[in-house]
Amino acid sequence: MSNIPAEQINIPMKRQLIIEKFGFSVLTILTIATVLPIITVVIYIIYLGAPAISWEFLTAMPVDGMRAGGIWPAIVGTFYLTVGTAIFSVPLGIATAIYLSEYASDNRLTRNIRLAIINLAGIPSVVYGLFGLGLFVIFLKFGTSILSASLTLSIMTLPVIISTTEEALHAVPQSFRVVSVSLGATKWQTIRRIILPQAVSGILTGVVLGLERAAGETAPILFTGASFFLPRLPGSPMDATMALPYHLFVISTQVPGMPIQIQYGTVLVLIVFVLIMNIIATVIRSRARARRQW
Amino acid sequence: MDKIIVEHFSLTYSDGTESLFDINLRIPANQITALIGPSGGGKSTFLRILNRLNDLADVKKVTGKVLIDNIDVLDPDLDVIELRRKVGIVFSRPLPLPLSIFQNVAYGLELAGEKNKSVLNDAVERALRLAELWDEVNDRLHDPANSLSGGQQQRLCLARTLALEPEIILLDEPTSALDPLATARIENSLTELKKQYTIVVAPHNTQQAARIADFVAFFLQGKLIEFSSADKIFTKPVDQRTQDYISGKFG
Repeated sequence: MSNIPAEQINIPMKRQLIIEKFGFSVLTILTIATVLPIITVVIYIIYLGAPAISWEFLTAMPVDGMRAGGIWPAIVGTFYLTVGTAIFSVPLGIATAIYLSEYASDNRLTRNIRLAIINLAGIPSVVYGLFGLGLFVIFLKFGTSILSASLTLSIMTLPVIISTTEEALHAVPQSFRVVSVSLGATKWQTIRRIILPQAVSGILTGVVLGLERAAGETAPILFTGASFFLPRLPGSPMDATMALPYHLFVISTQVPGMPIQIQYGTVLVLIVFVLIMNIIATVIRSRARARRQW
Repeated sequence: MDKIIVEHFSLTYSDGTESLFDINLRIPANQITALIGPSGGGKSTFLRILNRLNDLADVKKVTGKVLIDNIDVLDPDLDVIELRRKVGIVFSRPLPLPLSIFQNVAYGLELAGEKNKSVLNDAVERALRLAELWDEVNDRLHDPANSLSGGQQQRLCLARTLALEPEIILLDEPTSALDPLATARIENSLTELKKQYTIVVAPHNTQQAARIADFVAFFLQGKLIEFSSADKIFTKPVDQRTQDYISGKFG
C-alpha cells in the first residue's frame, strides 16, 4: 500500500468529491430559487398590508364603496364557507377513502374510480363553479347561498381529501391488519383501533390541504354563493355571503380608486387565515401523537 | 383424541403459487405437532387455513374438509371471529401492534367486549406469566410494545394469543427472527403450554422440530409426504424423501 504514489489514490477521490460538491451546490441553488420568491412575496405582502391592519379593519363593515372601513363580513363569510365545506367534504372524503382502501376489492371498477378521483383533482376550479351553479343553485333551488357554495367547494375538495387519506391508510403496514384480524377483530374494529390512529396525521394533512384550497378559491363561489357587497352578515346557510378571495378580486378589479393597503391588508388576512388552519392541524397532529402510547 | 381432522384438503391461490394437494391429517389434542419441509411447501398456507386467515389472501379454490372439534372450518357461514379466538396464531416476525404492552395483550379481549378493568388486568398478567414475560415487563406495562427486544416482542405476541384462552395455538416459524437464547425460552414455553393447548408449529428448522415436537408432518411442494410421531420420523422414516430431508440432503 505504502509504495503506491499518493496521486493515484487521490485522483478518483478528488473527482468524486468534485461531483459531490457540484451536485450539492446545484441542489442548494435550486432550493434557494424556490424559497426566495415565496419569502419575497410574503415580505412584500406584509410590508404593504400590515399598515392596513387594525381592529377596525378586522371587525368593521366596509364603507365608502369598500374603499374604507373593514372586511369583517368577508372574514366571517370565508369562515362559514370553510366550515361548511369541512362539514360536507371531511366525513364523506374520509369514508370514501376508507371504503376504497380497506373494503373495496381491487378490480377494474375501483381502479377507474381511483383514476377519476385523481383526474377530478386536476379540473379547473371554474368548472366546479359552473357545475355548482347548475346543480345546487338552479336544479336543487338552493340559490346563491352559503349552502350552494359550500357544497360546490366540497366537491372540489373531495378528491384531495380522498387521495391523501387513501395514501395515509396504505402507508399503515399490512401486517397490523393481519395481526388484528387474527386476534378476532372485525374489519371495522381493526380500522378504528389500529389503522385510523396510525393514519391520522396523514389524513389531517390532506384535510387541511383541501380546506385551505377551498378557503382561497374564487371561481367556485363566484356563481354559487359569493356576493359583491352585503351591508350585513349572512343570517342563515341560505344567504349569500362575502368572502375574502372574492372580495379581493372585487376590490382589485371592480372598484376604482381603491387604496392599495386595503387590497394587501385583505391578502394578509387571507394568508393568516390559512396559516391558522395549518397551526390548528399541527396542534391536533401532535396531540394525537402524544396520546398514542408508543 | 384428534383435535383437528383434515380430509382430502386442496387449495389453489389465484396466482398459482404455494398450493396444497389432497392433505389428510389428524392432529392430536394437547400435543405439539410440527410441520416441517422446505419453504414454499405449503406449511404457512396450512396453518392459515386452520383459523381462516387465508380469507385475507387471494385464494381461488378450496376443496375437502377441515374439522376442528367436529366443526367445519371451511363453512362459509362459520363465525370466523369465534374461530380465530379459539385458534390463535403467532407469526414468524414479532409483530406487536402499535400500542402499549398492556394494550397488546388486552387487545383481543377488548375486541370481544370485555370492559371490566380487573378482569383485563388479571388476564393480561396471566397471559404474560404463561409466556414467561411478566417478570421483565410488569413494571412498565404501559410502555410502547416496540420498546421491547425482539425476543420479548415475540413472547408478547405469544401472550397476546394466550390472553384469549384459545384451544389451539398455531406458530409460523416463531423463532426465525430470534437469537438462540430467546429461541430456547419460546421452546420451553411451548413444552409447558401443551398441557393446556393443542400446538401446531412450523418450526424454524428440523432440529427445533426434534427438540419440541410429539408429532411431525413433512410437507413437500404442497403435498403431505409423511405424518407420524416425532420418534418415528426422526429414527425410521418410511418415505425416502423424508429421510433425505431430515438428513439434510436438501432443504
